[in-house]
Amino acid sequence: MPENNRNNKFKMIGKQSILFHNPPYIIGASSIAGKKEGEGPLGHLFDTVWEDPLLGQDTWEDAESEFMRQAAEKAIQKAGLSDNDIRYLLAGDLLAQLIASSFGVAELNIPFFGLFGACSTMGEALSIGSILIDGGFADKVLAVTSSHFAGAEKQFRFPLDYGNQRPYSASWTVTGSGAVVLSDQNSNSNGPSIRIKGITTGKIVDYGIKDTMNMGAAMAPAACDTIKTHLEDLNLKPDYYDKIITGDLGYVGSDILIDLLREYKIDVSSNHMDCGKEIFDPESQDTHAGGSGCACSAITFTGYVLKQLREGNWKRVLFLPTGSLHSKVSYNEGNTMPAIAHAVVVEAE
Amino acid sequence: MEYIKAFLVGGAICAVVQILLDNTKLMPGRVMVILVVTGTILGALGIYEPFTEWAGAGAGVPLTGFGNALFKGVKEAIDKEGFIGIFKGGFTASAVGISATLIFSYIASWFFDSKMKS
Repeated sequence: MPENNRNNKFKMIGKQSILFHNPPYIIGASSIAGKKEGEGPLGHLFDTVWEDPLLGQDTWEDAESEFMRQAAEKAIQKAGLSDNDIRYLLAGDLLAQLIASSFGVAELNIPFFGLFGACSTMGEALSIGSILIDGGFADKVLAVTSSHFAGAEKQFRFPLDYGNQRPYSASWTVTGSGAVVLSDQNSNSNGPSIRIKGITTGKIVDYGIKDTMNMGAAMAPAACDTIKTHLEDLNLKPDYYDKIITGDLGYVGSDILIDLLREYKIDVSSNHMDCGKEIFDPESQDTHAGGSGCACSAITFTGYVLKQLREGNWKRVLFLPTGSLHSKVSYNEGNTMPAIAHAVVVEAE
Repeated sequence: MEYIKAFLVGGAICAVVQILLDNTKLMPGRVMVILVVTGTILGALGIYEPFTEWAGAGAGVPLTGFGNALFKGVKEAIDKEGFIGIFKGGFTASAVGISATLIFSYIASWFFDSKMKS
């Protein structure tokens, strides 16, 4: 890992990357999950699992806001802070105009930047949050994102009441919310400190895929582009990382990614991991293509990946959730699905 | 016997649709339009009406039956009122079905809520 030249005014490195002079610490994180997620292989790792998909609210959208509010509060609490310690809140979701986020975090009274990165939102939020802290613009930042199966179906496909059949190749949007508290200072708790050493910001990559039932194929090229650029920018080999973690490429998308990278002589077959494959068990849970949605990468990261780093099983991971930047309108008008992947270097020391 | 015919014919039409959904990239909306248009064409060819007399609800209930109903309605309206029948006939023929669907769905929404898929 190259050392950043501290005499240099800029912290840019390579074409799209940053190495931080004062890498922010992850001092708190939370995962609030729905019933299906709770029944999955990672279910026992989430902070809270809710059986009721409405969380006592009247609509799916309000429920998603409530998931997000809980994730935000829980992460702040676990960091040993209160709401007004947080300088900036960065949040996003899949719904039009980001209503889950806005309604979800309003009562926290924290200065707010709404973000849209589709399923890459956690990567985007961690990236921008880290820039704010390393740049001296904030001491504590909260990054949150959420998704809801029923809300996403209504937003992108058909409302559940319509009774539409979902093809086996469609991925299952994760219901839940994940939040991370970043700080310029280490927390007082025991165990290794976990820091974000740098980021590689994705470019929009479009290979012309139009099939919303095959999002993995649409997003794999973006993940490939970000990984390749990251390794070039920082002059690293893939085995520098214990795990290279994508968000929701699923089974098909993961295979495509490994093949695409091989064409550039980059081999990630031994350490690639995909949150969409980890979060559900396809056999028993009938989720054939895998999990998706902003919360897929978020709660897998906060529930599982951070735990591995804290317990010393992993030391360095590249976390790059991927997002497909289409909308129902763009799809219906015959457009392709442009995608993006935002990479964050997370290391335990 | 009529029940068995209706069951088998209706089921066969739905099975064809399922095969289309499973094996092609056709979106559900496209498949429904294919059904309606097929019913209209078969109605115009004089095939669907005798088919409905034989199979009963098995031919009448699926969307192909709706296509046939549209054809019959438009044909009657043109025979009676000429050119304007093109615009009137379809609505007259389908009015009862569409209204019933809307009204019953609305009433159902008073008693039932969305449920999450598991």
